[in-house]
Amino acid sequence: MGKLTIGCFSSLVGSMTLDFAVKLCGAAIDKGHKVDFWVSGNGTMLSIKDQRAFKDYSALEKPLKELMAKGLNVTACEACAEARGYHKDNTMEGVKRHSMDWYLASAFDADRVLHIGGE
Amino acid sequence: MATTKLGFIVQRPPYKSENPKLALTHAIASQSVEVYLKDGDLVTADIAFIGDGVLNCVKNQKAMDIYKLTSTETHIKMALLLDLNILVCKEDLAKFGLTENDIVIDAEEFGAEMKTKVVPFSEITKMMEEVNHLLFF
Repeated sequence: MGKLTIGCFSSLVGSMTLDFAVKLCGAAIDKGHKVDFWVSGNGTMLSIKDQRAFKDYSALEKPLKELMAKGLNVTACEACAEARGYHKDNTMEGVKRHSMDWYLASAFDADRVLHIGGE
Repeated sequence: MATTKLGFIVQRPPYKSENPKLALTHAIASQSVEVYLKDGDLVTADIAFIGDGVLNCVKNQKAMDIYKLTSTETHIKMALLLDLNILVCKEDLAKFGLTENDIVIDAEEFGAEMKTKVVPFSEITKMMEEVNHLLFF
């Protein structure tokens, strides 16, 4: 099995790109791959805890927690998050926060890097 | 000892989305990635501006004056200071009526030795073939 590094910069609400990226992470995990998932820019919205799930907006806290329980490694860009007022104390349990070099370091030994979206 | 080469391809125009700046800041982060790697291992970053993305390279940007924000121009200069390879598509510049005279070519005021290279798209294609992973912004 391989290692995938998946990066996503799209916001939780506004497009389905982040939904797609999380589903892709799930498909890869289910196939037995190791997956590092990096969210940066508006994608850091994914890292906030206690998101309320409405039917009209994407809500990914539940599937993300399920995937992290299966081994998905999720890291948010710390600077991007702080710039948006997403602080450590309102970050979802299990989501790590690092600087951008973490993403590049993950790419170093990845078999594939899938960089998805943006605004 | 191993090196992983990353290619950052910037296609979007400046200031309409965060993408170009994220491309530059992530590429610049290649300079500190060693803290996560074994001794001798490296990640290199090449940056190519193509399509509307070449507009990021226009010089004399006033983002600091108008918005109190670091300009994309300054980020490009920082990348040059850090010896990142920056390519700009010659054909796409021409589509906007721009030449080398209109874009950021150097960062001498920062002490950078590296210069932006205006190259045919075929050169950018070559870079894209040589890197291990491509990241499109």
